[in-house]
Amino acid sequence: MNQFVNLPDANGLFGSFGGRFVAETLMPLILELQDEYAAAKNDPEFQRQLAYFQGDYVGRPSPLYFAERLTEHFGGASIYLKREELNHTGAHKINNCIGQVLLAKQMGKKRIIAETGAGMHGVATATVAARFGLPCVIYMGATDIERQQPNVFRMKLLGAEVIPVTSGTGTLKDAMNEALRDWVTNVDDTFYIIGTVAGPHPYPAMVRDFQAVIGHETRSQMLEKQSRLPDSLVACIGGGSNALGLFYPFLNDPDVKMIGVEAGGKGVKSGLHAASLNGGTPGVLHGNRTYLLQNEDGQIIDAHSISAGLDYPGIGPEHAWLHEQGRVEYVSATDDEALEAFQICCRQEGIIPALETAHALAEVAKRAPTLPRDHLMVINLSGRGDKDMMSVAHHLGDKFGVKNP
Amino acid sequence: MNNPSRLEHCFAALKQQNRPALVSYLTAGDPDADTSRRLLRGLPEAGVDIIELGMPFSDPMADGPAIQKAALRALEGGQTQAKTLEMVRSFREQNSTTPIVLMGYYNPIYCYGVERFLTDAARVGVDGLIVVDLPPEHDEELCQPAAQHGIDFIRLATPTTDAKRLPKVLGNASGFIYYVSVAGVTGGSAPTPERLESAVNDLRKHTELPIAVGFGIRTAEQAATIGRFSDAVVVGSALVDCIEHANTPDEAVERVHGLVSELAESVRVCREEGYKQLQVDTVTY
Repeated sequence: MNQFVNLPDANGLFGSFGGRFVAETLMPLILELQDEYAAAKNDPEFQRQLAYFQGDYVGRPSPLYFAERLTEHFGGASIYLKREELNHTGAHKINNCIGQVLLAKQMGKKRIIAETGAGMHGVATATVAARFGLPCVIYMGATDIERQQPNVFRMKLLGAEVIPVTSGTGTLKDAMNEALRDWVTNVDDTFYIIGTVAGPHPYPAMVRDFQAVIGHETRSQMLEKQSRLPDSLVACIGGGSNALGLFYPFLNDPDVKMIGVEAGGKGVKSGLHAASLNGGTPGVLHGNRTYLLQNEDGQIIDAHSISAGLDYPGIGPEHAWLHEQGRVEYVSATDDEALEAFQICCRQEGIIPALETAHALAEVAKRAPTLPRDHLMVINLSGRGDKDMMSVAHHLGDKFGVKNP
Repeated sequence: MNNPSRLEHCFAALKQQNRPALVSYLTAGDPDADTSRRLLRGLPEAGVDIIELGMPFSDPMADGPAIQKAALRALEGGQTQAKTLEMVRSFREQNSTTPIVLMGYYNPIYCYGVERFLTDAARVGVDGLIVVDLPPEHDEELCQPAAQHGIDFIRLATPTTDAKRLPKVLGNASGFIYYVSVAGVTGGSAPTPERLESAVNDLRKHTELPIAVGFGIRTAEQAATIGRFSDAVVVGSALVDCIEHANTPDEAVERVHGLVSELAESVRVCREEGYKQLQVDTVTY
């Protein structure tokens, strides 16, 4: 049964979602990238290099850790954390960047660009660009630069140029617009490392494949520990790359339940959120058809989330399709719920999660207590929270006697 | 086809006069609905042959700062797809000959509903569409349905369009071909005329359709140089800048129509013998 894993089709479509909605200037390059990626997928040398860097540079495999204290705390399902925050650069983002930079080298590209929201993808991109000796330009919304200062500094230390984007609301979508403008202007020598499972074909499939290492490892690690597959998988979703990376290798296992957690901001009913599936409609943006936050005239509405990494008004097209197929359940967690779960994880496990990841933990807080101990639940601990100290201090500083920045 | 379309009629007439068409771009609703209507109405008299009217979009990925800001001004003023179509309808009450091409991005059309949009566009007198983010791979979305409604789908060819790609680009194209002079966004650096001329000549070997050149053309001199070998020159960002730099709506109208008149004058004489070919300014504006 290959019901869920043989997509996209030749046109990059997952049902009606996905596609290649880009300016003609980019089309020849996108078609070339598609061919190069298809070749790399079956090239043993490329796969050998990828495995080498995933191991010795990124630090894979990441552990699948039984979170005993969280399990006790919630008093229900057995909770396992897939420790992607232990990767080099502190999040799952590098899995994809390593893959794409190898492709960029293979295609003879001389310059790397990327967009970033929370800065984790920017840091991961700057990191691989440094490692492979390529100049790197990162587009980052001016608003995000404010709230993610540590990551901005990291990118600069790594030799990247960080360009603040002031158009629109100065967040991730505007950074992506600006990166696309750079790409169309420097199409000959530039490789655009998109950070999530979105954008024109082949990006959604390619990023998914590079992130699927998360799910493949989880599968064999759980089989080793418990001699069976997990019962449920939980992951947060902005564009959706950490979620799809975990889910994809399990899509054809009907007994494995999957839950994607969108950023509910102040609540989906408030209109101030980033929950494209729960509060959006289908549309076309950034090269693909997917669910978007937009008004009835097709103008994109700003997303709102405490977490810069989830602050995007769209979602990867494969998620849109899995949503319509009913294969994955998509829920949302509010800013407050995420902050609460963030603190529980710190206190119970001694792990400071990224605010993005805290959204997944917020769903675990709701769901785990209702389930029996023999229910095996895996949460993708997609990133660590060091970068979020300023934001968290802003919201919780009083409680801890920290001066409110 | 039965009657020649407005676009066919326009290009045929200009061929007789041995001069290129002047195509102007403005964003509908910029800087406000009323001024935008006045701007539109005065374009033919100022010398525009074909009107490109932008449908504002919140995320114009292929546009530079000038047109991004124009879209924002229009949207802040409450411009919608319905209001843009209404502008065309009211323009057509007084002008039934100047072709109007709507230009923009797919999402606002998709959300309006493709069939509903095409029906309304045909009814109000829209002649063609330029939709930046719909390559030929997605022709079934809008290009083919538009043909059913008698609306031309104008395709963009670019410096990255190679010989392998060109037949695909030209496949369902109609109206005219829009040659994007530089790889980049609107309002960027000016193209070099020598390279452009050879690109346009190459393109001509593969299509009977008229060829317009746009992106980075700002001055009368540039328009004249490029108009010597192309069938139309498109000026957008330079006109939109006039709106941004004007202090009042009246000043915006005056500046835009003033620049249009200059451009129109130069394209009318650019192929005449003895017309001094001026070097195209390659400075980034």
